[in-house]
Amino acid sequence: MALPVHKWTMIIDLDKCTGCGACVVACHAENNVPVQTEREITRLRAMHWIRIERYWAGAYPGVQARFLPVQCQQCGNAPCEPVCPVWATNHSPTENLNLQTYNRCVGTRYCQNNDPYKVRFFNFFDPTFEDSLTNQLNPDVTVRCAGVMEKCTFCVQRIRRAEEDALAQGGALKDGDVIPACVQTCPPGALVFGDLNDPYSQVAAMLKEQDQRSFRLLENLGTDPAIYYLKGGPSHA
Amino acid sequence: MPEENASRPSPTERGLPYWEQPLPEDKEQAEQENKARKGNLLLDMRAPADVNRYMMDPMRRQSRRFWVLCVILAGGVFMWWSAWLYQAINGLGVTGLGRPVMWAVYIVNFVYLIGIGHAGTFISAALRVLKFEWRRPISRAAETVTVFALSMAAMYPLIHLGRVWKFYWLLPYPNQRQLWPSYHSPLLWDLTAILTYFSCSILFAYVSLIPDIAMMRDHTTGRWQAFYRIFALGWRGTEKEWAHHETTQNVFSYGIIPVMFSVHTIVSWDFAMTIQAGWHSTIFGPYFVVGALFSGTGAVIIALIILRQTMNLKFFLRPEHFNGMAMLMLVLSLTWDYFYFNDYLAPWFGQAPVDKTLYQLFQHGAYAPFWYTMLICNALIPALTLWSKKIRTSLPALFIVAVLVQVGMYLERVIIVPLTLARNELPFSWGVYTLQAPETIITIGTLCFLILAYIIFTRVFPIIPLWEVYEGQALHGLRKVGRYLLHLKSAE
Repeated sequence: MALPVHKWTMIIDLDKCTGCGACVVACHAENNVPVQTEREITRLRAMHWIRIERYWAGAYPGVQARFLPVQCQQCGNAPCEPVCPVWATNHSPTENLNLQTYNRCVGTRYCQNNDPYKVRFFNFFDPTFEDSLTNQLNPDVTVRCAGVMEKCTFCVQRIRRAEEDALAQGGALKDGDVIPACVQTCPPGALVFGDLNDPYSQVAAMLKEQDQRSFRLLENLGTDPAIYYLKGGPSHA
Repeated sequence: MPEENASRPSPTERGLPYWEQPLPEDKEQAEQENKARKGNLLLDMRAPADVNRYMMDPMRRQSRRFWVLCVILAGGVFMWWSAWLYQAINGLGVTGLGRPVMWAVYIVNFVYLIGIGHAGTFISAALRVLKFEWRRPISRAAETVTVFALSMAAMYPLIHLGRVWKFYWLLPYPNQRQLWPSYHSPLLWDLTAILTYFSCSILFAYVSLIPDIAMMRDHTTGRWQAFYRIFALGWRGTEKEWAHHETTQNVFSYGIIPVMFSVHTIVSWDFAMTIQAGWHSTIFGPYFVVGALFSGTGAVIIALIILRQTMNLKFFLRPEHFNGMAMLMLVLSLTWDYFYFNDYLAPWFGQAPVDKTLYQLFQHGAYAPFWYTMLICNALIPALTLWSKKIRTSLPALFIVAVLVQVGMYLERVIIVPLTLARNELPFSWGVYTLQAPETIITIGTLCFLILAYIIFTRVFPIIPLWEVYEGQALHGLRKVGRYLLHLKSAE
């Protein structure tokens, strides 16, 4: 049986994003991302697989905040992939995902240098979780040791579970079966996830409909990201 | 008439006719000969026993200061290993690395040391091929710099690994999991090039060392003789052996030059193959090679000056050699200026936002002290000083210039690696790198190891290739034709 070819895609509607940060928290909980101390964060070791970039537009008093959620863009032509000497990061052509093999990584950190979005995170120390947090680590996701790279996986563990469930029930994967943690959590529903190869999926419909507003981050670099942003108007934050 | 011949004994006095008397001393000719000998080592032929002694005396007796220096350097090496162990146990968090700046001092040191390692090959192989005769006494000092600098440079990719205990995953070895490194990655090209260059350099240095080891074997007794006997490989100095030696050296000289060019080109590709602004430059290959030769020549000059002063090698290392090396450095400085200008101009003209940010930082921002110091040390100072022969042959002045060149070239790599990485396309991810103690200790420690290995090497093996000097002296010579002194050079 040939595997179905997916093109996992996310749409981020910047008009709907309020910059609340719920997606960041959900991602930490789902993917066992350690919470860094204040000291580490001031030393540029902040670790959030998805982050809300806040930019100020305009001058005081007419200043406005613009929010830009940024995570691994799951590029179709990812710059981080070819530079890895040990294949720790490689491409899944059947899913259009950038896979990260934690236990193959030796920590040359070359991928991060060549990553224009700076969405790869290096474990500078072994991760520590407070007692209460250790009890709620997600068993589906590896806890990464010191010296390896990690990044957003589009919640690959959820994709796998949905595939297995669909297989067990004998049906195909339906639109909406796979929902990454950030998409699930987003209160205003700014994030939409789905398979772009499925012409009836929500993402395919939205992209067709919202064609005028859609752009991709640093598209000029030729990375072919799988995350589409929909332009936002002026916010009132 | 009688007054004119007053000093000369008359033939009748000595009882000999004048044509049988010895020629009177020609002071002018003697002066000329002295000058020629002083100005050119290859014309200053002495008894081989004397020359061997000039080399071996400083190797035999060591002052107390030498041993104190060795202990201090060994202490530095111990600190390096401790710091490395501390870093490996705790994780790379003990360094100053952060999110946009994932490579910093370790990679700077790596590039710098590989650069130093280029001079040896260039001086001994390229100048040999081009028949620069003045390189004869300095070639081994340069090769030794290459070997030890490369061995330290090869440490840095390991030091900088997140999980150093898994370093062998980078090697293409057959394994049960059927995993193979990715040859898409410039790091693998790098590894291949450096290992090739390192093994070639060791062999090249060793082949040229064999006749001198044999000389040492013949001039020592006891345990040292046994030691030299192993490494002399039974060299006897027959004509056949010399012919083979010559062929091997020629093959190595021609073969190692492309390897040398490939190494630093590939090191530059570690940067040039990325899409990072300031790195993505097509001229990085030749630019890095020239920079490497430039800093390497400076490093060899520093080593030669120190060797000459501490080991009393005034017979071998003369102003002519420093003059030649300084001219080489000047030419390389001008070439570096040309390539740097090329590398700088295109992004400046393009005015892409990231490049603009970087260039503002260089010209009048936080990076200005680094940038201007680099330009002054690499371009301005050599160009202002090295035109003068007085400065080229004055050791203190040349020493200062060579040290400044090292500073400039080190800063160049600092600018390329941590400073450029700190700026990227998305301003949200900008950051500033700060140096931390383990990185400083490891940097100093590897430098200590380099110096320690070098000074021990100079005491165990002759740092001047005596056979090359003898060969040069045999090929050159002074002949007296009447009152005329003729400088002969036989075709090789």
